[in-house]
Amino acid sequence: MPKQVLIRFERCVGCRSCQLACAVAHSEAKSLYGAVLNGEKPRARVFVHQAGEHKAPLNCRHCQDAPCIDACIAGAMHRKADDTVTNIGGEQYCTACWMCVMVCPYGAVRSDAAGTMAVKCDRECKDDQGVPACVRACPTGALVYAEVDAYSAGRRQGVLLQALGGV
Amino acid sequence: MQSADPAVREMLDEARRRGVETVWDRYAAQLPQCGFGELGVCCRNCMQGPCRVSPFDDGPARGVCGATADTMVARNLVRAIAAGTAAHSGHAKHLAHTLKKSVQGKAPDYPVRDEAKLRAVAARQGLEADGVPAAELAARMAEAALANFSEGEEPLAWTTATVTAGRVQAWEKLGVLPVGIDSIISEIMHRTHLGVDADAVNLLLGGVACAVADYTGCHLGTDLADILFGTPQPVVSEANMGVLKADQVNIALHGHNPVLSEVIVQVARQMEDEAKAAGAAGINLVGVCCTGNEVLMRHGIPPATHSISQELPMLTGALDAMVVDYQCVYPSLVGVAECTGTKIITTMGMARITGATHVDFEEENAAAGARQIIRLAIEAFGARRGRPVQIPQYKSQVVAGFSVEAIVAALSKLDAADPLKPVIDNIVAGNIQGVCLFAGCNNVKVPQDENYLVMARELAARDVLLLATGCGAGAYARHGYLTPEAVGEYAGPGLKAVLTAVGEANGLGGPLPLVLHMGSCVDNSRAVDLAVAVANRLGVDTAQLPVVASAPEFKTEKAVAIGTWAVACGLPTHLGLVPPVLGSATVTGLLTGGIKDLLGGYFIVETDPVKAAEKLFAAIQERRRGLNLATRSW
Repeated sequence: MPKQVLIRFERCVGCRSCQLACAVAHSEAKSLYGAVLNGEKPRARVFVHQAGEHKAPLNCRHCQDAPCIDACIAGAMHRKADDTVTNIGGEQYCTACWMCVMVCPYGAVRSDAAGTMAVKCDRECKDDQGVPACVRACPTGALVYAEVDAYSAGRRQGVLLQALGGV
Repeated sequence: MQSADPAVREMLDEARRRGVETVWDRYAAQLPQCGFGELGVCCRNCMQGPCRVSPFDDGPARGVCGATADTMVARNLVRAIAAGTAAHSGHAKHLAHTLKKSVQGKAPDYPVRDEAKLRAVAARQGLEADGVPAAELAARMAEAALANFSEGEEPLAWTTATVTAGRVQAWEKLGVLPVGIDSIISEIMHRTHLGVDADAVNLLLGGVACAVADYTGCHLGTDLADILFGTPQPVVSEANMGVLKADQVNIALHGHNPVLSEVIVQVARQMEDEAKAAGAAGINLVGVCCTGNEVLMRHGIPPATHSISQELPMLTGALDAMVVDYQCVYPSLVGVAECTGTKIITTMGMARITGATHVDFEEENAAAGARQIIRLAIEAFGARRGRPVQIPQYKSQVVAGFSVEAIVAALSKLDAADPLKPVIDNIVAGNIQGVCLFAGCNNVKVPQDENYLVMARELAARDVLLLATGCGAGAYARHGYLTPEAVGEYAGPGLKAVLTAVGEANGLGGPLPLVLHMGSCVDNSRAVDLAVAVANRLGVDTAQLPVVASAPEFKTEKAVAIGTWAVACGLPTHLGLVPPVLGSATVTGLLTGGIKDLLGGYFIVETDPVKAAEKLFAAIQERRRGLNLATRSW
């Protein structure tokens, strides 16, 4: 079962470290200093928003029934062998029609800086241990890279310990 | 609501209409702000960092060097105090050097205008003054003042001579009496360097010592400004953007130090004809922030706005120049000025803004510099002549100028032999429950002025005498709280009777204003002088008085320093925003609780202004109980 980037919203402190790391991972230089010195403006594909009192990261869910793939008229958006969804490396190039932006239920697709193509999480950011940059950068564990069932087992364990730990 | 001030709201609408970015836009763009910073648990003090520790025990609990959250929070806080101290004392040192240049004959535009204050300060500081001519005494004063900055052997002369004996003892016992203003700032920078002081409690005591130095610097600043420019006396003026005049050359004086603005005030009077030749009806000086407070207090120059709304007077289209010295001057002014045609003129070599016009101001050629600056404003007026302006039609009457000398003079009309007696009698009788000093800034995180206004209404209704300084006083100025009329509207019966008795004894035919404007933020020292005089008259320490302080919308590191010395002086001190210390339970607990046993003062953090007023009222009642005075419930 492939791993997913799962979010523990209550842990986000809004530091935006995930965004910085995502941007750096998608830069030419692949390093913060290098990208800054080169004058690069890489864009993050993970988002952190203030929602009332909460700070909340949001990223592409790589849906199984992905509306962005269905809606992509150009034929750029597709599912890769690792089960992630991207508009890079498909049969066609992205034409910036923004259908994917319009149909994404999470608002996880955005424009590149020039407004010439859609950019989204493509997982082309993993470190040598296979961990995505945003997850690696998250200092509070708000972003978790795990198999869904392993994650939910952990949640259950936590809930049960809280409820019954003292029994 | 972004601001309680209708003039600010009108100009914000104008900014939105024209697509001009303001501090509120930039704040929104910064959200969410970093939680580590908000908690104080990030450290950038060495190149192995930046480090931050997890507030959830689910990440690193220590920085690379091993610093814990306690260490980081304490280090960050005391560094902020050191920065605030550097700012206030830099301001004071600037005045001391100006006085020195004056007596050396190098700064002809700076005569000593208040010889009585010179002699009063000399007497307090134990300077030999009998038969000494004013010029010679001023020279000794400048030297004596400058001696507070470098490292000496003894506690600072301006510290020990201006507080109660009880405070000196308490500070000595804790080891928080600094021996040099610059040296304690330097010591704090040393202590917060990688691998020096890692003990949170010890760091905080260092911070208190630095805050005592900040108090000392503030007091020097006030004393020297009074000596050079005159001790404020009650003055009537107006406040808010309605003071701008479409047909005049409008010049805003912004920043903190009166050294430049005093000369501009003098020179502007001589340049009216030049302005008229350019087609203007005259020159209209207005104030912003604490430079505005300084020239309001001494010359009745009307303040246009304060703190976070500093960009907005330009949106009227009528502001020809904004002349800035230093502190609290947003670099964003230059961008707004590009849209409005206002000349932003920086004047201090150590405080320049890219894109501004810089006129290097020197005390040696002050009048010439001031003329050059005013000419730039007249030129800008020429360029905007005939263009429509939108000046918000809001302004309030202001009665300001309440130096301690002015307050004592007013009180002496009731009791010439013992001027403080009427105040003390009324505190004892309960007509005045206590005193609250409102100080500090505006902060974009809370609706501008709202906390000040709500708290003043709540406390005044319960017979608490209100003093204000800095941008807090500015808020009260713009909202009409510095007027006798506000007494009728908001004061409780006891407070109203006392303010009316003093006002009528002084021939005002009505009360003193609801809030007494004591000056700029440096002039918080005036409030201490008043508290010390009352404490000494009663034979108690300032930590026993029913006197509290509040910084309901504080923003700057200077405010952090002032708040800390208010606590060191023994005052329960309210903060209307949460300071970045919650990452350490140790530091938070000490500041809001443990420090009370050491200094008498402590911090009350409360973001709801009504609850904050209630807590301060409770603190006043606790003090009244301690003095065996009758108490009241909320």
